[in-house]
Amino acid sequence: METENNKSNIIEISELNKWYGDFHALKNINMNVKEGEIIVVCGPSGSGKSTLIRCVNFLEKFQEGNIVVSGTELTDDAQKIRKIRSEVAMVFQHFNLFPHLTIVDNLTLAPIWVHNETKEEAREKALKFLERVDIKEQAEKYPNQLSGGQQQRVAIARSLCTSPKIMLFDEPTSALDPEMISEVLDVMVELAKGGITMICVTHEMGFARKMANRIIFMDEGQIVEENDPINFFKNPESDRLQLFLSQILTHDE
Amino acid sequence: MAVNELQSTRKPPISQIGAIVWLRTNLFSSWINGLLTVASLYLLYISIPPLLDWMFLSANFNFGTVNILGFDIKFSEVMADNDSCGKEAACWPFIYEKIYMFIYGFYPREEVWRPDVFYGLTALFILIVRLVRNYKYKNRIILSMVITYPIVSYILIAGGFGLLPVVETHQWGGLLLTLIIASVGILISFPIGVVLALGRQSDLRVIKLFSTLFIEFIRAVPLITILFMASFVLPLFLESGTNFDKLLRALIGIALFQAAYFAEVVRGGLQAIPKGQYEAADAVGLSYFQKNALIILPQALKISIPNIVGSSISLFKDTTLVLIIGLMDMLAMVNMTSQDIYWLGRETEGYVFVTIVFWVILYSMSRYSRKLEIRFNTENKD
Repeated sequence: METENNKSNIIEISELNKWYGDFHALKNINMNVKEGEIIVVCGPSGSGKSTLIRCVNFLEKFQEGNIVVSGTELTDDAQKIRKIRSEVAMVFQHFNLFPHLTIVDNLTLAPIWVHNETKEEAREKALKFLERVDIKEQAEKYPNQLSGGQQQRVAIARSLCTSPKIMLFDEPTSALDPEMISEVLDVMVELAKGGITMICVTHEMGFARKMANRIIFMDEGQIVEENDPINFFKNPESDRLQLFLSQILTHDE
Repeated sequence: MAVNELQSTRKPPISQIGAIVWLRTNLFSSWINGLLTVASLYLLYISIPPLLDWMFLSANFNFGTVNILGFDIKFSEVMADNDSCGKEAACWPFIYEKIYMFIYGFYPREEVWRPDVFYGLTALFILIVRLVRNYKYKNRIILSMVITYPIVSYILIAGGFGLLPVVETHQWGGLLLTLIIASVGILISFPIGVVLALGRQSDLRVIKLFSTLFIEFIRAVPLITILFMASFVLPLFLESGTNFDKLLRALIGIALFQAAYFAEVVRGGLQAIPKGQYEAADAVGLSYFQKNALIILPQALKISIPNIVGSSISLFKDTTLVLIIGLMDMLAMVNMTSQDIYWLGRETEGYVFVTIVFWVILYSMSRYSRKLEIRFNTENKD
């Protein structure tokens, strides 16, 4: 834990407030993420956890507060937003692969157009990452010819292709059939061991327990409680977290 | 605990296949369906035989001697004229006699090779597009053709630039003019339509307002009005004495009109693209232009193909309206040719001929769009 503390903050969120019309979706969020940290965000649906991580790469605009990502403050400035997005990768619940492109073209798109790599470089790297997520032989297929689990692994490989410093996971296993969840989690565990900074919104408590440095519990747009995995599950302080844990863990154990 | 063995697959029961079953399920599934089937058959019976009789069986095919590809083919001793044809059936020698007018209008006879080369280039264009569809550089080839084809065609048909004698636009006519108006209209309006569709979806208020106003204004006005405006009102605003080509005015009107329709068609496609595609494109850091050019438009245009072709077919048919501002397209030629004192009263043959030409062109367009759809679907199964 000593070394962790010496590392600098790669994400700093302070006094973040967001409204959808009149609805106050995020209330006074303060949160720092250190380089290499694995953070799991959980909470009941509608608690604002997805909204929070979508603010980090500015897919959602926010009305008050500051977010600084690796030294760049998020503003409306399109240049800055693109710079941050080129360093922060996101994996979506519904994969959001580009259905009109082959798997390998999905992977090489951003490296070629955003990072100005040559086609050959990008392709070589893409195949390397596809091998890492174990679907190299599907490279020339189209996304809809793959299973959900395979598509999500492609999506992870796609986000790795731009060598991001930070990866955001927005419920990556929620849209998957049960038998495909573990293949995606295995890839995520591999990534986490590799030292990349990760923020995962997920209900996979097994993953949280095993890999997270910190777990954040959100409810009604606020961070209610955060703790290291052991104490998070053993000694939940707030009633709401106790209730939440009792609801999601009854069938697990 | 019971374990079942895997069962082998079988054919469906015999009562579900065969001609009688087909008849029963498709034509006589209920008494009202049966009634409609009988009524339709009766309507076909009273309309088709007389039509065939008029067009073929009793029709006059006395073309005289025709030279086809160097062979003299003798249909009759002399070519039939209006009187020897009779009134009760089609007189096809009339079309044969006037075919030049239908295809080239008043284009000078000694320059007729130029429209012929244009027709040939058009056919070649279509052929090349079909041949290269699996070739690696197909996009480059097709793009360069899309750019050079109109320029070459313009020089060929209009002349000038010290290369070919000038043929003024009022001499253009018939199928040639119809094809020019339709293809120029489609080629110019399509990019404008795409830009307008994106503009209407834009976050920038001014652009959005302008696009919406333009589209809604044009769509609320009939094409005839726009053609009149372009033809008669537009010159009033220009300096007197400026000779502003009549065909050019009509083309501007048609292009603006069609752009508004294409814009709505493309907007429909844009709206069908899931939000996740925009987000994924944003999240990897693509710019607005890249996002639309690489991710959104390729998918949106693909879904819109049936509507784009449908809209193009409508435009092709609407080109016949240029008749009212004095341009002599293929339909206008029916009137023109049947006023010849030697061939008075042969409008019917003219209209039937023009109908057939339109049908052949438009039906092929519609078939081609169907093929494209199927091809894209297999490439990209959902």
